Amino acid sequence: MPTLFLFGASEGGLFDFDATLPLMAVQVVLLTFILNALFFKPVGRVVEEREDYVNTSRAEAKKKIAEVELLETELKEQLKEARLSAQKVILEAEQDSDNLYKEALALATAEANSSREKARLEIDSQRDDALNQLKSEADNLGNLIVERLLAKK
Amino acid sequence: MGSLPFVFPFAELEVGQHLYWQIGNFRIHGQVFMTSWLLIGALLALVVIGTKKMERDPKGVQNLLEFLWDYIRDLARTQIGEKVYRDWMPFIGTLFLFIFVSNWGGALVPWKLIELPSGELGAPTADINTTVALALLVSLSYFYAGLSNKGLRYFEYYVHPTPIMLPFKIVEDFTKPLSLSFRLFGNILADELVVAVLVFLVPLVLPVPVMFLGLFTSAIQALIFATLAAYYIGEAVEEHH
Repeated sequence: MPTLFLFGASEGGLFDFDATLPLMAVQVVLLTFILNALFFKPVGRVVEEREDYVNTSRAEAKKKIAEVELLETELKEQLKEARLSAQKVILEAEQDSDNLYKEALALATAEANSSREKARLEIDSQRDDALNQLKSEADNLGNLIVERLLAKK
Repeated sequence: MGSLPFVFPFAELEVGQHLYWQIGNFRIHGQVFMTSWLLIGALLALVVIGTKKMERDPKGVQNLLEFLWDYIRDLARTQIGEKVYRDWMPFIGTLFLFIFVSNWGGALVPWKLIELPSGELGAPTADINTTVALALLVSLSYFYAGLSNKGLRYFEYYVHPTPIMLPFKIVEDFTKPLSLSFRLFGNILADELVVAVLVFLVPLVLPVPVMFLGLFTSAIQALIFATLAAYYIGEAVEEHH
């Protein structure tokens, strides 16, 4: 008849220790070695290989990003320099053309002035000549008149 | 039945009944080994299938195995420490997996359908022999871990931080396996009993939430046992400076 065996019954019971205990311990130790060979080692190898792969890939990607950033800053620097030099060239050209314009203007003004001066001088000298001539002719005429008047007498 | 003080159908549960196998002068509980072999067989089959063709991009069972491996590694690493956790990971992992498949196997597989001449099939961890065996293995492991890592300096642990601790630490060496084994045994056995009693009293609906609670408890107990084992080993190899 089935009965409720609990504590320390001679046959059975919940706390019935026997050779099950050491045999179970041996079984678990064996299972540890089997699982180590079949599960922990191979899976660990695969997982760690993948972790290495991911880590190296990430490191490489980081290196590449750093390179790209370096190149970018270099190019930006070059671009800035080019822009600056272009501005300088434009400024110089503007100044040059300004100077040329000023020079040409000054030259033209000077020429105009000098030719006007020359013309004035010529006019003056011609007027003087004409006046002189007129004077001498008037003198001659006067003399002639005087001589004629005197001769008639 | 009528001779019992209470008319409760414990006869259905056959608590404390065992199927004895005689090996030489020794007797063993046959039902414990039958279920444990079946469950270990299932576990090994899963492992063999999952590791048969492993790739860098995991597929199918390999995912599950890698998840388990990662979980066990984290458990071992946090409790034992970076330095020696690799040596103890297989042991901790085997404890966890064995207790887990035992608990869940006991709860999920309808063993009651198989009639035995005496006793009944159930979770191997509901037998005190199994849990004491596991707990004693843990005790041996942490002694071995401490002695192999620190030599005789391991015994400094007993007078750390003051020699007043010595009696308590010695008592701890006895209470650790005791609490480990009885916690697991009590939880799993109690879970089986509660489910069985409820199934007898109210065969419909009511046992289902209790069964789910049992699955939860089973998983937690496996985790607790493995974590404590790892913690004891970690405590033994820890350097006090």
